[in-house]
Amino acid sequence: MADVTATDVAAPLAPPKLSGAIAFAARRAEGLVIPLAALIAGMAAFSLFLLALGKSPTQFFELMWRGGFGSWFSLQNALLRATPLLFAALCVALPARLGLTVIGGEGAIVLGGVAAAAFGHWLSGLPAPMVILAMGLAAMAAGGLWIGAVGALRHYRAVNETISSLLMAYIAIALMNQLVEGPLRDPASLNKPSTHPLAEAYRIGPIPGMDVHWGLVVGILACVACWVLIDKTRWGFAARVAGGNVRAAQIQGLSVGPLIVGFCALAGAFAGLAGMFEVAAVQGTANASLAIGYGYTGILVAFLARQNPLGCIPVAFLLGGIAAAGGLIQRRMGLPDATILVLQGMLFITVLMSETLYGRFKIFNPDRWKRAA
Amino acid sequence: MEDIGLWGVPLAILGGAIRVSTPFIFVSLGEAVTERSGRINLGLEGTLVFGAMAAYAVAVETGSPWFGVLAAMAAGAGFGLVHGWICSFPRVNDIAVGIALMLFGIGLAFFFGKPYIQPSAPPLPAIGFGDWSDIPQVRAALNVNVLFLFGAALALALWWGFKNTKIGLIVRVVGDSADSARAMGLSPTTVRLFATAFGGALAAIGGAYLSLYYPGSWNERISSGQGLMAVALVIFARWNPIGCFAAAMLFGGAGALGPALQSVGVTQGYYLFYAAPYILTLLIMIATSSPGRQLAGAPGELSITK
Repeated sequence: MADVTATDVAAPLAPPKLSGAIAFAARRAEGLVIPLAALIAGMAAFSLFLLALGKSPTQFFELMWRGGFGSWFSLQNALLRATPLLFAALCVALPARLGLTVIGGEGAIVLGGVAAAAFGHWLSGLPAPMVILAMGLAAMAAGGLWIGAVGALRHYRAVNETISSLLMAYIAIALMNQLVEGPLRDPASLNKPSTHPLAEAYRIGPIPGMDVHWGLVVGILACVACWVLIDKTRWGFAARVAGGNVRAAQIQGLSVGPLIVGFCALAGAFAGLAGMFEVAAVQGTANASLAIGYGYTGILVAFLARQNPLGCIPVAFLLGGIAAAGGLIQRRMGLPDATILVLQGMLFITVLMSETLYGRFKIFNPDRWKRAA
Repeated sequence: MEDIGLWGVPLAILGGAIRVSTPFIFVSLGEAVTERSGRINLGLEGTLVFGAMAAYAVAVETGSPWFGVLAAMAAGAGFGLVHGWICSFPRVNDIAVGIALMLFGIGLAFFFGKPYIQPSAPPLPAIGFGDWSDIPQVRAALNVNVLFLFGAALALALWWGFKNTKIGLIVRVVGDSADSARAMGLSPTTVRLFATAFGGALAAIGGAYLSLYYPGSWNERISSGQGLMAVALVIFARWNPIGCFAAAMLFGGAGALGPALQSVGVTQGYYLFYAAPYILTLLIMIATSSPGRQLAGAPGELSITK
């Protein structure tokens, strides 16, 4: 009986469901096709740049494939570099849902790394799971306080978050230098002042069968969790309402202040985790190498993913791969290491320019098919 | 040589303020013009770094620092034109474009600047206003670069120009209301394009000063966020060119605090003094912003204060 009712109901509904599915797919395709076209346009612009310098674009992209994606070794290298980018991108994408442009993730990464290194040293002797947990929490607290403060300044004092977050990043780097040269310095680190190296027991190891550390798994889980938070919970819904119109959200009775501070703090906490994994899984100590621009590449990842946490996963992988190929490209083609920065800058520009294309094409808008028909 | 003791600190801060403030003056004046036209260019940090590289490279190749400054201006105007052009498309966010151009400008500067880290370029000339004195600290403090004097004159000229010239009026109208400007037959997009190009050219002079006078060399750490702080400084100065000059001097003094204290033997907390300009900028932004009201003197079309 149950089968019969099911087909009875389904049969008349089948045609609208199908066209509904096509319409749904068309709407979703816009968010996929336009960024891809922007990526291709950016790469084309970069190819022209290479041609103008007398270098071969085909060799460049071939080396990029080989160095970033083409083998198990290079693939792992790409994933390793994608890991901090996942966290750094979340630091941009979460506040973006509230209409905020936070670009100072670098500061939260740096402070997260220093906090993790400090706790790893202070708690040495305790059981490893406890110490690693404490390091993670300390890193999240440091990063969360830093970016949370940016959100609070934005909401309660109307201080522009873009400028304040970048200023805070410079302050964070100065603070790290002060701590690493002063109270937290390992006297044995001579040329490059660093914190005391983390005991081997407290290092975070690789995922079984890979050279990539567990931060990758945590990063992907964090992206999925943020997607759920934004798309499936009432806080995410409230954030999107507030991002659209603060006044409207307040009339609806939403407490916008705690929402902004909370989202920013969470964003900073993720960036802090990036610093923690750099210290605990890659470098083993906190020093100036923490501030090598992951926070800035993370901005590009978030914008390329159109501030969608799930989209950040493939984009971070793509940019991680490009970064991983940097060394090979430098050696083989005699190009400076800033080549990757130039490519990233061009991609960023074409992606922003593509914003103007949304809503322009009829094919992505099912409502306009009917009118035309 | 006589020992002037602690007098060295205020003297070094004064000298430092004059030396350190010059890039701030040019970037903030340029940004003031751009923002008065109703657009914000956060990419001036990238323009500054590229200007520093271009000025240094051209000065090395031609042997003349002034050709370097001209080349930097041309490059800076180019970056401004790109920013203005991209922002002329509908629904493109000027703040995001600024971030992209900041990263792009820095990347491009490092890319082309690699061969110029080693060679040394001829520096820009300075005038020794302190040459009457026998005290070396006084002579050092009052050794003023010509670009600083240009910057001071430019601040006055822009202040006067905004009030008294047709171009000044056009820029202000476009910045306060694009609709009124259109009603007057002006094209806001075109005016903003030129205002951004002008701002970029000035910001690049700031960069040329960094690489050709103080600190006077090209490397990848040439700028420490001056281009960005200058944007915040314009808000603090309420878009007034004279205010920009005064604020730039204040910032220069804050930046000179660390080295000045170090010169008399205070070495504790060196890196925190190094952060003084950033902290000062942040404190000023907190003190001068306020929720629920427009900033006095803010251009009506400016996205950052809306």
